[in-house]
Amino acid sequence: MRKINTRTIENKIYEMALHAGVNLTASCQVALEKAYENETEGAAKFALKTLCTNAEIANEKQMPVCQDTGMAVVIFEIGQEVFLEGKPLKTAINDAVRRAYADGYFRKSICDPITRKNTADNTPAAVHTEICEGDKIKITYLPKGFGSENMSRLYMLKPAQGVEGIINAIVETVKLAGSRPCPPVYVGVGIGGSFDTCAYLAKKAITRDIGTHNERADIAEIEKTALEKINGLNIGCQGFHGRTTALGVSCEWAPTHIAGLPVAVNIQCHCVRCEKEIL
Amino acid sequence: MKKISLPLSKHMVKDLKAGDSVLISGTILTARDCAHKRLFELLNCGKPLPFDLKDAVIYYAGPCPAKPDQPSGSCGPTTSARMDSFAPKLLNLGLGAIIGKGEMSDEVKKAVKDNCAVYFAAIGGAGALYADAIKKSECIAFADLLSEAVYKLEVVDFPAVVAYDCYGGSIY
Repeated sequence: MRKINTRTIENKIYEMALHAGVNLTASCQVALEKAYENETEGAAKFALKTLCTNAEIANEKQMPVCQDTGMAVVIFEIGQEVFLEGKPLKTAINDAVRRAYADGYFRKSICDPITRKNTADNTPAAVHTEICEGDKIKITYLPKGFGSENMSRLYMLKPAQGVEGIINAIVETVKLAGSRPCPPVYVGVGIGGSFDTCAYLAKKAITRDIGTHNERADIAEIEKTALEKINGLNIGCQGFHGRTTALGVSCEWAPTHIAGLPVAVNIQCHCVRCEKEIL
Repeated sequence: MKKISLPLSKHMVKDLKAGDSVLISGTILTARDCAHKRLFELLNCGKPLPFDLKDAVIYYAGPCPAKPDQPSGSCGPTTSARMDSFAPKLLNLGLGAIIGKGEMSDEVKKAVKDNCAVYFAAIGGAGALYADAIKKSECIAFADLLSEAVYKLEVVDFPAVVAYDCYGGSIY
């Protein structure tokens, strides 16, 4: 049994949150630069150039890349040989988020869903925990903007719709979103599981680096085919038309019920901010 | 790249076509979801608005807090479509232009045309770059809404693209 004090976790998340707010992931920066080089459309090329410059300014001035510093999504993969001591884990996470959003001058975007009253400190975070083998904790921190989150969809397809149905669902989601979620988007897809786990798989998919593929060849093929079809939609950066509507498609899967084929499509904008650490 | 000084004259608006890249300088006002709800509560009660709508420019945005040495925190546009139900009435009441991101409804496009107004698309996700274009920021209404309050911004060379023009043209 390995003991980890939740104070250590809190301090780690605080650092991750501060860094994520002002930095795109390396794979996102590379993908944006590549999209800029490949673009021919005037307004879309101008927009892509603006985004590359924005990332430089954000890093240089340590200023949020995007004003939507997001809902803090934290995924824990906790080894079952770890014993957590100290304050409750959720308290530690929310204390970290509260401190980071104040010290980083990040926007506080969390509110009551009915009264719309802002909690004023960006808490609570959306926390997922998985118990795994081992004596380590893997933390994934994703500040998720909602312009793109709003464009996400969950489909309960029929098994007969198969791979074609899955690809159609992915492409349709991006098409319906159009210019609204800040394209070029990064598309996270959950395939299988149940209504709830399918959506979680889609969220996990966008924590993968852009350009990586699922280990399963048939799933990787779905990623490639969907990306090609999406980039044929001619939505382009900001909806200004052009070659790059999505920077990537990532799929995660789980076994499902004989009666169903759930497909969740979680849209991430071009501001991919994601940190990963192992304690 | 066309340079635009606010307030916009109808003559200037007529010179703008969907797809034109522009640099905007002058005074703009932020308002997003909650601020619009408040504005409409006032309008529905026949009460005055906290600012003059005539020829005003509303920027759909909710900035990050400013650091002590900066005029504004990160401040890019939010998705305009969420303001679809509010925009036509404000345009009919004299609003000169909207700045946001993404397509809006056909009703908004029509109201832009009918009122000889313009809808500018700012580049979504470029919050740090837009903060650089903001030289002064002051909260003028609904301070309790925090980032959703109305901020009066003085901007210089704020980059945008004409999304809907006064002829019914659209970049989308």
